[in-house]
Amino acid sequence: MASSLDRATGGTAQAHPGGGSVALWLRLLSAGPLLILILLVFGVALVTPAFLKPINLGNILAQTSVIAIVAMGQQLVILTRGIDLSVGSNLALSSVIGGLVFQATGGTVPVVLAMLATGAIVGAVNGLVFVYGRLPHPFIITLATLSICRGLALALAPGHTTIRGMPDAVAALGSQTVLGLPLGVLVVALVAGLLLVLTRGMVIGRWITAVGGAPQAAVSMGIPVKGVLVTVYVISGLCAGIGAVVLAGRTDAASPVYGQLLELDTIAAVIIGGASFLGGRGHLGHALIGAVLIGVIRNALNLLNVEVFYQMVAIGVIIVLAVEADVLRAHLEARARVQQSRGTA
Amino acid sequence: MTAPAPHPVLSVRHAHKRFGAIRALDDVSLDAWPGEVLALLGDNGAGKSTLVKCISGIHMLDEGEILLHGERVAMTSAAAARAAGIETVYQDLALFDNLTPAQNFFAGREIAFPAWLPRPLRFLDKAAMRRDAAEVIDRLKVRLPHADAPVAMMSGGQRQAIAVARATVFARNIVLLDEPTAALGLREARKVLDLILRLRTEGHAVILITHNMEHVTELADRAVVLRQGRKVGELKPDASNRQDLVSMIVGAEA
Repeated sequence: MASSLDRATGGTAQAHPGGGSVALWLRLLSAGPLLILILLVFGVALVTPAFLKPINLGNILAQTSVIAIVAMGQQLVILTRGIDLSVGSNLALSSVIGGLVFQATGGTVPVVLAMLATGAIVGAVNGLVFVYGRLPHPFIITLATLSICRGLALALAPGHTTIRGMPDAVAALGSQTVLGLPLGVLVVALVAGLLLVLTRGMVIGRWITAVGGAPQAAVSMGIPVKGVLVTVYVISGLCAGIGAVVLAGRTDAASPVYGQLLELDTIAAVIIGGASFLGGRGHLGHALIGAVLIGVIRNALNLLNVEVFYQMVAIGVIIVLAVEADVLRAHLEARARVQQSRGTA
Repeated sequence: MTAPAPHPVLSVRHAHKRFGAIRALDDVSLDAWPGEVLALLGDNGAGKSTLVKCISGIHMLDEGEILLHGERVAMTSAAAARAAGIETVYQDLALFDNLTPAQNFFAGREIAFPAWLPRPLRFLDKAAMRRDAAEVIDRLKVRLPHADAPVAMMSGGQRQAIAVARATVFARNIVLLDEPTAALGLREARKVLDLILRLRTEGHAVILITHNMEHVTELADRAVVLRQGRKVGELKPDASNRQDLVSMIVGAEA
């Protein structure tokens, strides 16, 4: 089928249109974050042999798992040109609610359900207020819920502090390993698998991409844009709830101060991973690669005894580079388009 | 070429639409027949786009009615109009830059299964959608060198062709085109005109908004002229009455 459509450019048809150096650069850009991650791993391994020790790699993955899970939800929000600033506070509130349920019931299932439900409900509030409150941008509502959730978490936690103890099955997420991998990492894989099916295989996933690409066109084409947007914020909230389960399991505790600056880490992961901040462009892999990149950079700087302040500087610099790469990509695509219309118009 | 049909495909009867103090449509009536290109002419602000938006369900008429095959229909949303077999190629094309042509074709009406699941949760039948899209692209002789690339990478003419082709796949009754050649160069415009001719040959009713009088004389079987929301004339355009048409559009005495 494709071959009959390819004949217009003879034998030079390629996966990326435009041909020549522009296409090459575009490919390099899209592979950029993964290349950087691989180079970084090699570089750090050369400088500090301790980096490659299984226990250290396991640590990186365990520490990255929460960011990775929440970043996958954030990625869907950013895909639709939005932002979810509430994920960190939502995670804290979800963990505290879970901790309270544990104190009350002691059961595993109620604790997990309480955390997931809290996350999803906060996400639903974000989505519903954004869409039906006719806000111009989700920045404001998620900023509000950032504050509300943190406040509620602190108010609800007994003594306004950490709640010790989690059900054994939840605590196992931190203490147990399968095939050498911390259980938390398997949760990342599970969430990634489910979201992959949803985004790539299901109608709702196609709608999310469409709304991100052209919201106005989505209205014209009869896609239920409002419902799609609410769904995306619910998924993001649910991911924060799942993150709460993993973090509570790893620490065997719930805390109202969990997830501070997690919104920045997850947004950074999505952008560093190569998704477009302007929306319409990005997939789960971007969130995962970005989360691991952040984890590796932090870990490497730790091993090299670089002060923690410089980690923040380093991540900020990388965010700027990632956004510039996005701008460069848009520029190159415009060039490719011009070549395209000259070649075949 | 056109077999006489008992009813027009689409009739607009005494359409009224106001936006505040502005009468965008003031008692406009028209008919569209199968296998016919109807040109909708008028200066900027004459009400052409408003009329198209009312037919395609984006706006609702204040008064008047829309008939499909002689039966009254309520065009309450874009989805309702599409379900009624009315397809629109908007000025902004309503394409998704981040989707491929096939994905654009089926955006909002994906082929998916199983039917017992709610629509958003159904699984995409990507092979079927790719196959159907390729078939239409082939039938309409649209040349897309990279049919699997996002349309962001395509030229203005290719994008326009995709939007027109998408409309033809699903238009069981009528295709509305709002200035489909405005942003195109000569060669690209030619291709879109050929597409419109092919639509007519296939028996579609076509309503074409354009400012290009040459295109009107070449393509249109009939022309309806709007001025300040009112229908001021209707005629069969040809080379001899082009000046009359222009006078009607601008409102000068012929």
